Formats: sequence, structure tokens, C-alpha cells
Amino acid sequence: MRLTLRIWRQRGPEDRGAMATYELDGIAPEMSFLEMLDTLNEELADRGEEPVAFDHDCREGICGACGVVIDGQAHGPEPTTTCQLHMRHFSDGDTIDVEPWRAAAFPVVKDLVVDRSAFDRIIGAGGYVTAPTGSAPEAHSTPVPKDAADTAFEHAECIGCGACVAACPNGSAMLFTSAKVNHLNSLPQGAPERETRVLDMVDQMDTEGFGGCTLAGECATACPKDIPLPSIAAMNREYLRAVRKG
Amino acid sequence: MPDAADHTTQAARADLPPYAQYRVGEPIADTKAPSGPVQEQWDTRRFEAKLVNPANRRKYKVLVVGTGLAGGAAGATLAEQGYHVVQFCYQDSPRRAHSIAAQGGINAAKNYRNDGDSVHRLFYDTVKGGDFRARESNVRRLAQISVEIIDQCVAQGVPFAREYGGLLDTRSFGGVQVSRTFYARGQTGQQLLLGAYQALSRQIAAGAVEMHPRTEMLDLIVVDGRARGIVARDLVTGRIETHLADAVVLATGGYGNVFYLSTNAKNSNATAIWRAHRRGAHFANPCFTQIHPTCIPRSGDHQSKLTLMSESLRNDGRIWVPKQAGDTRPPAEIPEDERDYYLERRYPAFGNLVPRDIASRAAKSVCDEGRGVGPGGQGVYLDFADALARLGRPAVEEKYGNLFEMYQRITAEDPYEVPMRIYPAIHYTMGGLWVDYDLQTTIPGLFAIGEANFSDHGANRLGASALMQGLADGYFVVPATLGDYLARHPHDDVDPDHPAVHEAVGEVTDRLYHLLSNNGDRSPDSFHRELGELLWEDCGMARSEESLRKALERIPELRREFWERIRVPGSGTELNQSLEKANRVSDHLELAELMCLDALHRTESCGGHFRVESQSEGGEAERDDDAFSYAAAWEFTGSGAPPVLHREHLAFEHVHPTQRSYK
Repeated sequence: MRLTLRIWRQRGPEDRGAMATYELDGIAPEMSFLEMLDTLNEELADRGEEPVAFDHDCREGICGACGVVIDGQAHGPEPTTTCQLHMRHFSDGDTIDVEPWRAAAFPVVKDLVVDRSAFDRIIGAGGYVTAPTGSAPEAHSTPVPKDAADTAFEHAECIGCGACVAACPNGSAMLFTSAKVNHLNSLPQGAPERETRVLDMVDQMDTEGFGGCTLAGECATACPKDIPLPSIAAMNREYLRAVRKG
Repeated sequence: MPDAADHTTQAARADLPPYAQYRVGEPIADTKAPSGPVQEQWDTRRFEAKLVNPANRRKYKVLVVGTGLAGGAAGATLAEQGYHVVQFCYQDSPRRAHSIAAQGGINAAKNYRNDGDSVHRLFYDTVKGGDFRARESNVRRLAQISVEIIDQCVAQGVPFAREYGGLLDTRSFGGVQVSRTFYARGQTGQQLLLGAYQALSRQIAAGAVEMHPRTEMLDLIVVDGRARGIVARDLVTGRIETHLADAVVLATGGYGNVFYLSTNAKNSNATAIWRAHRRGAHFANPCFTQIHPTCIPRSGDHQSKLTLMSESLRNDGRIWVPKQAGDTRPPAEIPEDERDYYLERRYPAFGNLVPRDIASRAAKSVCDEGRGVGPGGQGVYLDFADALARLGRPAVEEKYGNLFEMYQRITAEDPYEVPMRIYPAIHYTMGGLWVDYDLQTTIPGLFAIGEANFSDHGANRLGASALMQGLADGYFVVPATLGDYLARHPHDDVDPDHPAVHEAVGEVTDRLYHLLSNNGDRSPDSFHRELGELLWEDCGMARSEESLRKALERIPELRREFWERIRVPGSGTELNQSLEKANRVSDHLELAELMCLDALHRTESCGGHFRVESQSEGGEAERDDDAFSYAAAWEFTGSGAPPVLHREHLAFEHVHPTQRSYK
């Protein structure tokens, strides 16, 4: 199929950036969106132009590296990561807009690449269980009810791609933060740090410049891993509980 | 032991390409495993290890390259112990290392199922599964540590699958007859990696680990024979940096991407281990590459990578092809008696759960017979109809839901209705930097852990053992052995103006300059694809003297062409992904040559290395223990120059070598 691509080009953080238009032919429906971008980049290089920079790695939908806004939607029209989006969801003759995540806390590095290190700092503020290597008791010494383990797992599936922030009208990181809080706070192993975890992570989230949550729900719609919207409410409960406990 | 050079005598080598006219050097041996009973070796080693006083540890700086299971675990643990850790990853976050994509599970000899498992059985299964090409002492330690890993991960909050009673669930995997694989749905690697990443993040926040994301190691700095630092490139600014330290740990993964199409992440690369090899670290068993039987077949020439589906699917899926070659009917229209469940037929005891190499070759052979299915006949069915009828859809969904979704997303076919199509793909590399029992390479002060080393899986890795080994090395082994090295070798700081530092920086800069200024007419990907196709054809699932000689003729030509015709747009002082690729491909073009040479010299078949000349009448791989019961450690002598072979003789005192049989 033949496509018209309008892609955000920005040389670096200080550059203003602008959309650039490219015509691309010979795209197969079996290609992934990133393979379509690969094809464009090979053509650009052949013409002596600089390829479009974009983050990607595993191309299996699990590392969370890739992610662009496609026609205004984070990761595009399907509920999946950009690498798992296939061109069969587009039609011959389409014009497709491709932009980086847009959020105050995710400055653009180059073209479609953004800096998501704020997420790492939120995890560093409390998204862990303090269990230095060698200190662990026998794994079966604390049974974990299956429903608690399942709840923890569902939240632990977050891949940290940042689509939730990109989709949110406020650029909020509540879904990302709540996923980790709820993963660890649902487990007995996470209980001793339950209060400090939520307080410190939310504090770090605010420090990083993410917006507030107005429960627009766009985050959960964009999430390729189906982190549920009530995750945010659950974190708010954890937060209130921790504040009350002082 | 007989000299394996007998098999490739000097005379026979004379008509080989110059690179293949290698020389046999002194044997090499591990000197670190203590004597005594194998089950006591690790405890003895830890007791004999010299310790660094806790108050002194922060004075030692350790560089850890890579943040996967091995690197993440090592960085976190060394920092917890008090060392000053400086860590690197090329990704934008340490959470994205490719360990994250491992699906199926992690083995541990807990024997929670009471099904006859034990540390000794896991040890036995791993040595046997590796086709008797691994070092017994290392494997025994791995099996012992496996038990502690599960405890550690549970304590970190890794949400393993559990039974209704709240205890951990397990499943079985290829090549074994016990249920010892712990899992977190189809995302075990992700959950274990996040556990290590979170532990690492805690140390980063505490200031104990200085983390450099989007930074790639481009060379090793060796001063007075010891590893003392690295040269790295900041991928955002393009700045070339040197980092000096007391020891260096490489946890940079395997080299499967030399094949271009593999299940590795797109940016996974061999640069760190290859540059270390160029600086003097021996590279062992490069021809031991693993092909995974359950990947999604390729859909066309645009394919940029292959996607694996966990082999845990083989627990409940049945593999078959039509009995008749050229049968193009849709699967549902092929009656039961016209289907060939070839693994169940040929291997009744293990059936669909035979080890990976056997399952892969069997798939290739039925496809070669013209019985493959799907586009180009490069696929076999993996059918869940029986499992769905037996267990019901909810149970199948619970176990494999995310894998089924992924398959459907990629192929637009519903595996609940139509059998999956699968085909083998390059997945893992058992070869890597040669290490001793302490996981130290032939360069003192340089350690290699996880897939980057060669040690534990022999010629074939069992499913769910990569996660086990990565975490064993990172959480438990290297934190114990590195301290011993540091305690025994206190040294002064390296002068940043030392000639060795300048030399390494100079070589890195020259190479990048050449790539950027060459201004040829071919892209890095075009070379990478060409190399990959060549290797898949000539050094892939089946290898022959003829195919390997052909590859060894072609690779140096391709490398010459690369340096003449490579074109890298953009500059070196910014984020330049073409430059990153070109630089990695330049190393693949050297490593590929060593891989083919290793495959040529090893005239036996073993594990993932199948030489067509060495098979039984039934087409099974035949080892040659008299000639090849050794690990081949290759010494670098110059780019394109014949390397020197050092053999590490492998003795089997506990697991007696037999021809593997899974019938």
C-alpha cells in the first residue's frame, strides 16, 4: 500500500521541531508499524537524508521502549504497543500523523525519542521491597492467597512505556505509579513498606512535573497492558490510609 | 586425551581460507573450583574466598555493563554489599534489558511437587541436556543456587503463579521429567527482571549505583594485564567517555543477533564481549547457538525480527504436519489419520517435550520433506484442539492467554480456532566469553555473567534455565567471587592519561570516524541482513564442511565490502541510530567468522551444533567424545587473522556421558 506520513522531526531538545511529510510505497499489511518506519528510514538513507529516530528494542510488546502517537492516539488505533501494531489496520492511501509522546515530564530527545527517566526515579523513590540479596526466607514460609497474587500480577504487567502519560490531557503519571504501588502493596512481602512506598512515590511523581489526575480515563484506554483505571482509586485509598496513619 | 587437531590436520587446513588455518595453543583449565566432592565445592569456594572489609568496600569501584537479569542482579547486590557500582545500559532505562522478554519460567530444584526432583537431578538434567559439553562444577553450583533464587525473588515481591492454597505453582519444560519450572503467566522474564530492576533502583536512589542509561560500551581498558575500565559512548550526545575502576563485569547478553533475524531485541549486540575478546578475553564455543522451536514463522522480506512463543506451549499443544507432502488443505480438513504427530511418534517418552535442538531439527526435516505448512512451507502446526477439549477454554486461557493474544495480533489468526504455525528461530547463544569457576575471563579483573559467558549450558540450554543462570550469576556467584579478586589484588588508581587509556579511546574514535566519513552506498542493515542470511544458510540448524568453508570464504569479502561501502548519515555528536547499528555490525562481521571456524573445527554434532557429517542412520546427532570432550577457547590474534585454539578438557565424574536419548 501507499501511505503519506507526517512525522515530527526535531534535531534535539533545544530545536523547535516541525512535522515533515514523506510519501511511502510498497508497504505490506503484514508489516509492523516499526517495520514500516524501518522501510522509510532505509529509503531516507538511500536519498542521503537522516533517518527518523525512534525508540524500540524487543519488538514483542514487552520492553516498553517503543511508543509514538499515531493519528493523535498513543500507540495508535489498536490496544497494543507500537511494535505490535500491524499495517493491516491501515488502508492504502492513508495519511498517518506520527508524533512523540507529548508531556512536560517527557522532554523530546530527538524526533520521536523522549526522555522517560522520570519513571525510573518514581520507582527509585519506593517501587521496591527492601530485600537485600541473601536475606530471603524460604519461599513457602509466607503463603500468598491466589487472588492477592493475581491482583499483584495484573498491576505488575506495566511495561513503563509512558502511553498513559501521553494519552492523559494533564500529562499525569497516576496510572503508572498506581500500578507499581498496587503490585507491591497487594502482597504480604510489600506490607512493611506499604505506607512509605505510596507517600514517597506520589511525592516523586509530583516533583517530576507530571500533571494531576482528573479521572479522564484516557490512560487506561491507551494502556497496552490493560492496567485498569480503578488502579488509581486503589492508590488514592492507599495514600489516604498512609496519611491518616501519619 | 587424543589431539582433536587429528581431525583437521595441518595439511587438511592448508587449503582453507587463511583465517581458518588456526593454531592449537596450550590447554586451558579452570583453577578456581576447589578440589573435593562436587556438592561441597561452592561452599568451600565461598569459605576460601578472601573478603573485603565492609568499611573498605566503598573504596572499590566496579563497572557493571548491562542491566538484564545478570547485570541488574549483580549491580544491586554489589551495591548492597557496599561496593561503589557504576552501571551502564544502552536502553533508556535499565528496566528494558532483553531478559524482559523471557516468557516461560525459571527452573529450581525445590521439589515442591514431590516428584523426585533434587539438586542432583537438576544438575544431571542440565549436564545431559547440554549434551556433555558443560563444566560439571559450574552446573552443580547452578543447581544448588537455584533454590535460593526463588526465595530471593519471592521476597522481592515477584508475583509468581500460585495455587489456591497460596503456595507456588510449577510446570514442566522440555528435556526433563519433573515439574520444576516456576512462572508468572507468560511473563516470567519480565517479572524477574522488574524484581532486579527495582532492587537496582533502590541502590541508584541511595547513591550506591551510578547509573548511565543510553550509554554503550565500545572498548575495554586493560592496564598491566588487568581490566581497569571501559570506553563508552553517550548515545544521546555522542560523547566518548572513559570510566576507570578496580574491576569490570560484563553482563551484556549473547550474540544471537549476528544472524540478523533472531528472537533477540533489535539492539542486542555483541560489541562489549567482542571488544573484550579483541583485548585478550578468550571466546569459547561460539558455534553453540540455540534455535528455539516455537517461534512465529516469518511473513516476508521486511521481517525485522522473530517472535518467540514460550515452549511451555508444548506442554499442552501437539505438534504435527500432514503425512502427505504438498498437502495444502486447511488444517481442519485434514483427518486425524492423515496427520503426523512426528515428535510423539519418534520420541514416545518425551513426545512434544523433547529438548529444543531436537524439536527444531525435527521441524526442519519435515519441512525439508515438503510437509511444512503456511507460506513457503516453512512452518509446522502447534495444535491446542485436544487441550481445549480436555481442559476447557478458561483453563487454557489462564495458562497461555497472553501468548495466544500475541500470536493472534501478529498473524491475524485465532489459535483457539486454528492451530498455531511455528518454525524454529535463533534464540540463545550458549557460547560466550570463557570464564573460570569464579566467572572471571582470561583477563584478570574482567568477569562475564549471564548469557555473555559460555559456562553452564554446554552445547544446548534447557528451557527455563537462562533466567536461572542469569540470576545465579548476578545475585550469588559474582558478588562472592569478585570480592575475592578485589581482596587479593588491591591496586592504585589508574592514571587517566595512561597510554592504554589513550590507545582504547583512539581506536574507538578512529572506527567511528571511519564509519561516519566513508560515505559509501550501503546501509548497516543491508550488510546485517546479508550476513544473517549467509549464517542461517551455512551455519544455522545444520552445518556441513562445505557450507562452513563457503561461509569462511564469503565473510572476509563481506567485511571488506562493509568497510568500503558503508554509509552512515548524520554526525557523531548526537543521537545517531545508524552509527550505533553500523558499529555493531562491524563486530558481527568478525564474530561470525569465528563462529563458522569453531563450527568447522568441531566435526562432531552436539546439542545445538549439528554437523550433517556426524549423525546416526536415524538422523540423530552423534557426539564424538574421544575427540571433542572439551570447550574450545579461542584467542584473538588480529582482525581476520587465524586465532589460537585453547582446549579446556571436560571431565565427567558424576554424570556419565551417554548419547542423549529422549525416546
